[in-house]
Amino acid sequence: MSLGPYASFVVTSYTLVAAIVLVLIVWIAVDYRHQKARLRELESSGVTRRSGRQATDI
Amino acid sequence: MTLIDLANPTKFLALTARVLPWLTGATAILLLVGFYQAAMAPDDYQQGATVKIMFVHVPNAWLSMFVWGVMSIAALGTLVWRHPLADVAAKAAAPIGAAFTFLALVTGSLWGRPMWGTYWEWDARLTSVLILFLMYLGLMALWRAVEDPSRAARAAAVLTLVGAINLPIIKFSVDWWNTLHQPASVMRMGGPSLDRAFLIPLLVMAIGFSLLFVTLHLAAMRNEILRRRVRSLQMMQASQAA
Repeated sequence: MSLGPYASFVVTSYTLVAAIVLVLIVWIAVDYRHQKARLRELESSGVTRRSGRQATDI
Repeated sequence: MTLIDLANPTKFLALTARVLPWLTGATAILLLVGFYQAAMAPDDYQQGATVKIMFVHVPNAWLSMFVWGVMSIAALGTLVWRHPLADVAAKAAAPIGAAFTFLALVTGSLWGRPMWGTYWEWDARLTSVLILFLMYLGLMALWRAVEDPSRAARAAAVLTLVGAINLPIIKFSVDWWNTLHQPASVMRMGGPSLDRAFLIPLLVMAIGFSLLFVTLHLAAMRNEILRRRVRSLQMMQASQAA
């Protein structure tokens, strides 16, 4: 597959899209772990939800 | 499970846990097929291989407007129906929409340089999309600036609905004004003007990116619900300590 004289524009576009999508995925995954860790900390310090369920229960 | 059940964050989280793995798998398959079809698509007789930029530029451009549309419906949910998950949905969608808009601008610029001879032109389409990007950033800043989520939600909802005026301006800018940007070639009266060799990969990529948005949005909404649970537990802890 030859991309011709403007290959750098095509490759940069696809690389950038892949990079930004990857950043979004990693950011959301790290945020999820962070929130779960904070809930576990609160639970271990004895704070409970009004419903009586565990803080980390989904 | 009925739609009204989803108003309960706990039930929404349970549903999200069930559907996210399936959505992730479907998104990955569609995007892989889309990227393969994009790679195999023929060169355009005028644009050469740069036409391949269309397969990532157009889905991101569509989603930049679609996400604001989703946020506008969520804004109505906040202001009119006071749905408990409406502002969660709006807040979670903003950074994802900003990312899609940024990608639409940058890939459009990279496509424009070899085709138009310039990275940027202050024409109506490009400028209105840049304004959309700045509005996304403004909304994200607003959410961060106001500590109380319910107050931030109402202010953000009003700003979102005002900003929705920009959506028809973006869509019809190429018809209303003389722009460097080409007119619509897929969503137009009389059907798409694209050849099937380009249209099919483009539609597969568009569906793949749309599923990517749904997947990321649900995951981000789940995070936002957990963040609010952390906040309420911290407030309970503080009131118990006082």
